[in-house]
Amino acid sequence: MPQLKCKDLSLGYDGIEIIGGLSFEIEKGDYLCIIGENGSGKTTLMKTILGLKQQLSGTVEFGDGLKRSAVGYLPQQTDAQKDFPASVWEIVLSGCLNKMGARPFYSKKEKQLALENIERMRLTKLKKRCYRELSGGQQQRVLLARALCATKDILLLDEPVAGLDPKVTAEMYALIDELNKKDKTTIIMISHDIRAALKYADKILHIGDTVFFGTKEEYLSDSSLGFGKEGAV
Amino acid sequence: MTELLDKIALYLSYPFVQYALIVGVLISLCSSLLGVTLVLKRFSFIGDGLSHVAFGAIAIATVLKLTNDMPLVLAITIICAVLLLRTGQNTKIKGDASIAMISVGALAVGYLLMNIFGSSGNLSGDVCSTLFGSTSILTLSQLEVWLCIILSVVVAAVFIIFYNRIFAVTFDESFAEATGVRSKLYNLLIAVVIAVIIVLAMNLVGSLLISALVIFPALSAMRVFKSFKSVTVCSAVLSVACSLTGIMLSVACETPVGATIVAVDIVIFFVFMIIGKLSSKSVR
Repeated sequence: MPQLKCKDLSLGYDGIEIIGGLSFEIEKGDYLCIIGENGSGKTTLMKTILGLKQQLSGTVEFGDGLKRSAVGYLPQQTDAQKDFPASVWEIVLSGCLNKMGARPFYSKKEKQLALENIERMRLTKLKKRCYRELSGGQQQRVLLARALCATKDILLLDEPVAGLDPKVTAEMYALIDELNKKDKTTIIMISHDIRAALKYADKILHIGDTVFFGTKEEYLSDSSLGFGKEGAV
Repeated sequence: MTELLDKIALYLSYPFVQYALIVGVLISLCSSLLGVTLVLKRFSFIGDGLSHVAFGAIAIATVLKLTNDMPLVLAITIICAVLLLRTGQNTKIKGDASIAMISVGALAVGYLLMNIFGSSGNLSGDVCSTLFGSTSILTLSQLEVWLCIILSVVVAAVFIIFYNRIFAVTFDESFAEATGVRSKLYNLLIAVVIAVIIVLAMNLVGSLLISALVIFPALSAMRVFKSFKSVTVCSAVLSVACSLTGIMLSVACETPVGATIVAVDIVIFFVFMIIGKLSSKSVR
C-alpha cells in the first residue's frame, strides 16, 4: 500500500480547471519534487493533498497507517508572520497540537518532542529569540522543526528555499536530504530549482502543459520535455 | 493634590463609580486578550466595523421600542462578526473593503432609522451618547454589572482554554488546519467572542472608540515584548491599568469617560514606542 495515492485529480478554482488527470503514488521514503511554471497549480495540489482545498474531482488517499492530520507542512511564509511576536519555542511547540486530542495544554511529552526537534534543527541557542528577528534561513529551520513535531513520516514543503541566499539554500537542501536518507521521512517538495530537484529527488512530478510523473532517470530521458541529452539542466 | 485625592476617595465610595470600575476592568481585560490576535490577523478594523453594526442594531431596537435591547444587539453583531471573519480569506470583496462597507452602511442606516422613527426629543444627544459612550457607564444597573461579569469570565476562560490553538491559528492558519486543528471553528469562536466584547464595551467607551480599546494595548505591548505570551500578558495589564486611570481621571476632572481612557491608551502607546526604540538600540 503506498503512503499517498492520488487518482485522476482535477484541481481548480470556482469550478474552472487549472490541471486535470493527475495520478501518482508515493511510497514511504520517497523524495518527490513537484516542478512546473508559476500558476500551473503546484501549491493548489499541495493544499489539496493536505485537505485545505477541495478537489474538483478525483481522490486523495492516505495509506500505510498514515493519517491526514499526521503530516508535516512547511507553507510559504505569509506577510503577517514577518512581524509576528512569537518566540522560536512557542512556534515549534505549536507543531505538537495534532497530538493533543481535546487537551487544552501541552504536557511534558510534547515539550520534550519540541525540544528534540529544536536541537535537531540546530536552534537550541535561538530558542528564546523572537521569530521576526531571525534570518530567512533560521526562520525556515524553525518552521521545519515545527513540521517535524507534527510528523515523523511525511513532510510537504512549499518552496522551502525561496528567498534564501545560495549558501543557506545548500544547507537547507542538505538538512532535508538528511531527514529523507537518515530518518526515512517521505519528502514532497515544490521547487523552482530544477537543478536541485534533479540532484536530490528520486521521483519527479512535472505539471503544466505536459504532465509527467516518474523517476528522475525516466524524466531525464523523456525527450518530449526538452531536458535530458540537450543538457537543459 | 490632596484635594484631588480626597475627591477621588469620595467618588470611590459611591456604588455607581464602583460598578464603573468593575465593568471597566473586565471589559478592558477581555478586549485586550483578543486584541493581539486581531491585530496580528490584520483585523484591527473589525472592532470599528462591528461597533457600528451594534449602533445600527441599537437603532433598530429603539425603533421597535424594545425595553431590553441587549439580546437583539448581541445577535446581530455576532452574525456580522461571523460573516466578516469568514469572508476575510478568499472572496470577491476583500476583508478591509467589506469591513468598511458594513461599518459605514450600518452607521448610516442606524442614524436614518433613529431620525425617522425616533421618539426622543434629543436625537443628537442620543446618537452622541451611543457613539461616544458618554455617561452610560456611570448609570449601570446591578443586573448589567452581573451580566458583564459573567460574560467576561466566559470570554477569559475560553481564551485561556483555547490559548494554544488560538496561537496556532493566528500564526499560521494553513499549517494549523493541515495538522488537524479546525481553524474555521476557531475563527468562528474568535468572531463570536469579539462580538460579545464589543457589545459589552459599548457601555464603556461607546461605539466609535472601541477599536482603540482593542488595538492600542496590543500595539503598545508589541513594541516592547517579543513572545506571544508576554505580549498577551502585557497588553492585558496595560489595558486594565489604562482603563482604571482613565475612569479615575474622568471622574476627577469631569471629562468624558471613553475619550479619557483612549487618551491614556495613546499616551502609553507612545511611551512604549520610545522604550521599544531604546531597547532595540541597546541590543545592537
